[in-house]
Formats: sequence, structure tokens, C-alpha cells
Amino acid sequence: MPEYQTHSYDVLVIGAGGAGLRAAIEASSMGVSVGVICKSLLGKAHTVMAEGGIAAAMGNVDDRDNWKVHFADTMRGGQYLSNWRMAELHAKEAPECVRELEAWGALFDRTQDGRILQRNFGGHKYPRLAHVGDRTGLEMIRTLQDHGIHQGIEVHMESTVLALLTDDGRVTGVFGYERERGRFLTFRAKAVVLATGGIGRAYKITSNSWEYTGDGHALAYDAGADLLDMEFVQFHPTGMIWPPSVCGILVTEGVRGEGGVLRNKEGRRFMFDDIPELYRAQTADNEEEGWRYTQGDKDARRPPELLTRDHIARCIVRQIKEGRGSPHGGVFLDISWIKARLPNAAEHIQRKLPSMYHQFKELADIDITKEPMEVGPTTHYMMGGVKVDGDTQMSTVPGLFAAGECAAGLHGANRLGGNSLSDLLVFGKRAGRYAACFAKEHREGRIDNALVSQAAARALAPFERNNGTGPYQIQQKLQEIMQDLVGIVRTESEMKQALAEIEELSRRTSAVSVEGNREYNNGWHTALDLPNLLTVSEAIARAAIERDESRGAHFREDRPAKNAELGKISMVVRRGPAGKMLVHREPVPEIPPELKQIIEEMK
Amino acid sequence: MATATFRIWRGDREKGRFQDYATSVSEGMVVLDAVHRIQAEQANDLSLRWNCKAGKCGSCSAEVNGMPKLMCMTRLNTLRLDQPVTVEPMRSFPLIKDLVTDVSWNFRVKKTIKKFNPRPPDAPDGTWRMAQQDIDRVQEFRKCIECFLCQDVCHVLREHHYFDEFAGPRYFVHVAALEMHPLDTEDRLEDLKKAHGVGYCNITTCCRKVCPEHITITENAIIPLKERVVDEFYDPVTRLFRLFQGKKSGRSAKRPELKEDTDAGAKTAVPGSYSGSAGAR
Repeated sequence: MPEYQTHSYDVLVIGAGGAGLRAAIEASSMGVSVGVICKSLLGKAHTVMAEGGIAAAMGNVDDRDNWKVHFADTMRGGQYLSNWRMAELHAKEAPECVRELEAWGALFDRTQDGRILQRNFGGHKYPRLAHVGDRTGLEMIRTLQDHGIHQGIEVHMESTVLALLTDDGRVTGVFGYERERGRFLTFRAKAVVLATGGIGRAYKITSNSWEYTGDGHALAYDAGADLLDMEFVQFHPTGMIWPPSVCGILVTEGVRGEGGVLRNKEGRRFMFDDIPELYRAQTADNEEEGWRYTQGDKDARRPPELLTRDHIARCIVRQIKEGRGSPHGGVFLDISWIKARLPNAAEHIQRKLPSMYHQFKELADIDITKEPMEVGPTTHYMMGGVKVDGDTQMSTVPGLFAAGECAAGLHGANRLGGNSLSDLLVFGKRAGRYAACFAKEHREGRIDNALVSQAAARALAPFERNNGTGPYQIQQKLQEIMQDLVGIVRTESEMKQALAEIEELSRRTSAVSVEGNREYNNGWHTALDLPNLLTVSEAIARAAIERDESRGAHFREDRPAKNAELGKISMVVRRGPAGKMLVHREPVPEIPPELKQIIEEMK
Repeated sequence: MATATFRIWRGDREKGRFQDYATSVSEGMVVLDAVHRIQAEQANDLSLRWNCKAGKCGSCSAEVNGMPKLMCMTRLNTLRLDQPVTVEPMRSFPLIKDLVTDVSWNFRVKKTIKKFNPRPPDAPDGTWRMAQQDIDRVQEFRKCIECFLCQDVCHVLREHHYFDEFAGPRYFVHVAALEMHPLDTEDRLEDLKKAHGVGYCNITTCCRKVCPEHITITENAIIPLKERVVDEFYDPVTRLFRLFQGKKSGRSAKRPELKEDTDAGAKTAVPGSYSGSAGAR
């Protein structure tokens, strides 16, 4: 085996978004050596795109809020498929995590009495999201970055992990490459934390950046870990749809939190026409009450535009399918109408939603203070991921931890807006802590040179082939297949067709060829991402076929109703002994009586 | 569909040249879309950075027709397409390949800036109280997406290469955000004067003009910092005062006083002598 540059850490974190940085800071504070590997430059991770805020029941705006309400909201939003222990820890620990950010320099918007301001969001009973205008993710990542760089953490920027190295069933390190020169790297680590984010690039229309290729999901799967809830992909109801080049870019739920409304081409607020039973008691039944809610009236119930994302996305799809969509095939999202209610409305919108104002003005020539936006659903978030222990975030492979979007459990069948940033903080911190504990209790493992050589040969193979398909063509084809056949509305026959096409693409991927040399070669990188994208796409399709019902973000046109039995079942994806992907049904852990009682009380 | 030509820099550390690529363009496209299309169809190994494609991450910085821009926020309808659109890497940083430059110097500079150091919490539960009006100006600085276009355009770096003695506009914005943070107690003025060379800036406002986040870098960040340095090191009254007091009098107002009323809205920080920006003196 050739000698590759080798680094050695107690804890190695893969990914430098919110979860990865929080994990690295926590592990480092426990006195172990910490390395971070990230695909982009530090501070560019997808967390910067998060707009709305961090859900944490601090009760600064409405003192009726507390962890119990947040817990019940999360469980309801997840259709009771969430790991109750994670939902409990998340609701209890999120406020402390927000206060930590403030202690590290984050500057959240303030209440009148100088505390952290909280805003309304879909599925949250009370105003709960700590935020900074609509650029909360940037504030969060910059705070973690600026704190982290003084903690002695070593960051390997623009480096990509290609394989997890295991020995005797335990993770002992990783193999990867750095983009600048294209050189291979090996890392020894006593514990590895996956914090690689989501899978959005498996779809054509997505709010996700190029980095979101399911790396952590696929690395864990290849190392023998279980994946959970892979059928649950969140399609955010409001992405930009026009002009075509910006299609998919996110329009924050904060627009609706500030009073924005959805209308079809007839001008009707169609969300009032379809309020699910589970939410009827909490939802306004007229426009006046909905408006009062957004303005902080504690007696008012929330407008139907603040129902959960899965439901709103489906309502929008229905409007479009039935011919009541906007000119470019979406619906209208209007915040400008509030000028009828508020003095200085234009100024107010610009202050509360500055980056939305900027985004539409610069990319679509639309002034959102004067005219409505056109929006439609966009692939946004992966509820499914690496199955982890609720307390420690360790996967089913010893020494391998996962946190944030690439882990599963907190969000069940549907994630509430704002619960992602808090997820990153709470479970990033926990993963870092327990990974450090694991590292302290274990010796450095053995690096299997055979695994390293195999991974290196696999990575270089595209250079040795000629006239294969280009990597971009395969990626685009896969994105079309997933968009068309495993999207918001699914049927078994279409998904089986998708599986056949994914298999065909896998064959073509093993013949892919790239041009140029190893130095900063985006084409080569795209080729290396393909196996991960194919693995997660197959896992999504297989789990979605197995769940033959509709629940949360997973909607089956051929099985439109819920099946009570499946409400107690999670789908687990695992690599079979012969390398074939298998789906198992596992019971959802029983909720303890005291937490059940909380859920009942909050209904 | 219309066609446009993009004249893109191709090369590595040793050599390079412009190469023309013709590609189809459609309504609403930005420069990054065109470059991506060229990459997917004609030049798979073309190197560039990008992430969010919405002006939020600051990765796709380049010089478009000679102007420092984010490629993702530069719409084709703002450019003349009857002649080639030139796209080249930021000139102030060493080239890695094609449109990708080595910006690691920026990350090293940041590490030399003293980190945030808050005063003790205001409330028994470990939290602080700050008024929105006192954090407005710091929030402006914290909009920075670290695209480094301000560093690229600054002549102290671009023409004079003072990378060892000058931190650049991005880091003056960073220092300003820390220094004007209502909770911060650290002193960065000596570093600002010596290690970070704020004196080299002669306020030509080039950085402010290229900032995609429209941060008023020169007037709101750099000039107030220069004033603080002057107050601290050159003001004769302050120096005399310091002689008698035996301490750094210029820092006395660093910690805002809090009115102790507990009524809603009353815990408002009094910014003291730092309330002024450029025009206040």
C-alpha cells in the first residue's frame, strides 16, 4: 500500500455545519484531540441557508411555553413516529443551547425587555423560534465557527471522506481526499461523528447545495449501520419557481410566520379549505383570527398557513394539479397584503425578512413589499438517516456517532420548522460529548490497509476509463428519476420503476469516466458522489414501497389513508450479508406513561 | 434560445489563459448557471466553488467583466451579451485552478483576532439583556458572508500585497462587530493599530462598493475603529488622563451601564462614548 498522509485524532467529525461544529466544540472541551473534515470552506456549510430560527421553549414571548408543549408539538408533527427520548431531550435542552450561542457572541433579535425574541412557526403552539431576521443559520454557523477556531480544533477544509474504516466491527478511522491537490488522506480516530447533512441533491428541484449527497447516510450504510425512516423526505412547501434558474431556492416559512398568506390564481386562501383533524382545534377558522395570531394575540389560533409542511406542500400540489395555480406553475405567497393592516408595512417586511426581500429583488425582479411571490414545493430536508441511540447518538456500529440531518429519530414522519437548528445544537453537543467519552474508554484501533487500497483504487478508476458516461449526466438522470417517481406523491408501480432505473444507473456509474487530472477536479468529485446518491435513492424508494400507507411527508396515492398498524412501525434499511439492501420493520419504542400523559394533556 | 459567449480563465499555479465557451442562455439566468452549464456540457474538470446559489454562503466569488461579484447573484440581463462575458478568479489571492483561489490567508488572519469575551450575565439565570437598538449596528456587520470580495478589491492587498501587516476590510468588520458588541469586554485596539494595520486603510470605500450584503464597511466599521485607535493612542487629553489614572481611560466606556430598573424595556444599555459613528465627532 502506498503511504498516504495520515492524521490521528481521538474524535474525528465529518462535516462542519451546525451539528459538526457543535460536536467538535463539545468534544474538544472534554480534553480530547479533535479533527474536522469538511467538503467546502469553513463556514459555507448548508446551515448558512437556514432562515427561520431555532426552536427552543424559552417562553420569552409567551410564558405559557415550556418543554412539555415543545415535546408534544414535535411528537404530533412527527405523527408519533419520533424517538420519544430524542424528542424529550431536544425539548428540554434546546433553550440552554440557544443561551450558549449567546454566550459565544450570537446576537439574536430582542424583545422589548431585552431578551431573545421568538417568532411563530408552523406546528409550534407558541412563538418559539429564536432568530436573527431571516438569516439565523448564518448567525449560528458564524458563532460556532468563530468560537471553534480558538478551541484547538484542526479543520481539514475542502476534503471529502470516501470510506469509513472498520476493524472487528468498530470504526477505527476514515479514508478520504483533499480537493486542492487531489491527494489521498487517512485518518485514525477512536470515535467518528457523522454530521454530513442531507440528501437533497438526489432530487431535481431542491433547496440544498451540491454538498447534500447523502454521504453520511451512505458511509454508515456501507459500514454496516442501520438507517431509519428513509421514506420520509420533507418537501418544503415554498420554494422559488421562477425564473427557472432559481427554481427550488427556499422561501422561508418566516414569511408566513409574519403574516404571509397563500392564494391560488382565483385569489382564494385555499389553506382554509383543508385543515386536518389532528390540528383543527388549534387552527383559526377565519382570516381575522389568523391575522391576530401572527400579531401576537394570545387568544387567537394560528392561521392554516402555519400548519405542518407536509400538509401544505400537498395542498399546493393539489391546487396546481387542479388548474388553480399561478402562471409559472406554483401558487401565490403574499406578504405585501399586510400594508392594509400595518403602517410602514414595507419597512417592516424589509426588517423582518431582509434576505427574502433581497433574494426576490435580485433574482426575480419582484418587490415582495408590493407584489406576491410565486412559490412551489422544493426538496428540503431528510427526516431519515442513521439510526442512533437517543442519549448518546451512537449508531449501531460501535464508535460511529451521527448528529443533525444525517441522523434519524427526532423528526419522525415530518419535521417542524425550527426544529432542525435546535436538533443540530442539542444532538451535535451530545454526539460530541459521548464520542469523547468513547474515545477516552477505547484504544486506537487498527487501520485495515486492504480497505484503504480498495477505496483508493475505486476512487481512481474513473480516470482509467475512456468514453464512459460523464458524471453530470448520470447525476441529472438520477435527479429526474427521483423527482418524477419518488417525489411528493408516490405509487408503488412508479417506485418499482425507479428502482429498476437506479439499478441501471448504478451499472453506468461503474463505467463513468472523468477528464483532466486530480487537482481540484469538480467532475471527478461529482463522480465520487454518485455512489452515495445512488445508495440513498435506493434506500428511500425501498422504504417508501414498504410503507404502504400515507403518513406525514410520505404520501402514497395508491394508499392514501393511514394504517394504524404502521403507525407503530419504523422502516429500517440495512445491508444484507450478500450486499443486497434489505428493509426491516421494527416497532417504534413505547412512549413511557408520564410522556404519554403530556401528549394527551396538550391535545 | 439565445447563445452567449463566456471567456473563462483556465489555468493552474504555473500558467493559464482565457478560453471562450458558447452556451445557451435563458430568462433569469445568472453567471453561475452559465458556468455550470459549461462545466456539465463542455468542461467537466472546470474548477469553481459554489454552495447555496442564493447569495448566502459567499463561495462563488469571482471577477465578472473585471468586477468582483458573486456569480450566483449576477444576472445575465445586467451584462452585455453581444460581447464575451469574462469570468476570472479573484486576483488578490494565489490561484489554485481555474476560478478557485487559495483564500486560506483569510482564515489565518481571523485566528489572530481576540475572541468574544462577554461580561458576566445580567440575570441570575445566566442570561443577558440587550436592547434591539443597541445591537442593530452590530447585526449589520454580522450579515457578512465571508465572500472575501472586499479583500479582493482592497488596494492594500491587491496592489501592495501587505498580507503580513494588514488584516483587510473583512476583518475590520469582524473586529467592529466584536468591539461594538454590547456584551464584549475585550480590548483589540492595540492589535488593530499594530498587527492588523488599520492605519493602512485610506478609506477609498472600494470594499463597501463591492459588498454583496451592502454592509457599510468603510463608514460604519472602519472609520469608527480608526477613531478609537486615535482616541486611545494619539489623543493628548486621554494620554494625560491615563498618566494620572494609571489605566487605559479610553476603555472606560467599553462596558455599557445598565439601568437597574427591572420594568419591561428599562434595561437599556447606554452606549456611552461609543454611540457615534463617523459623523458624531
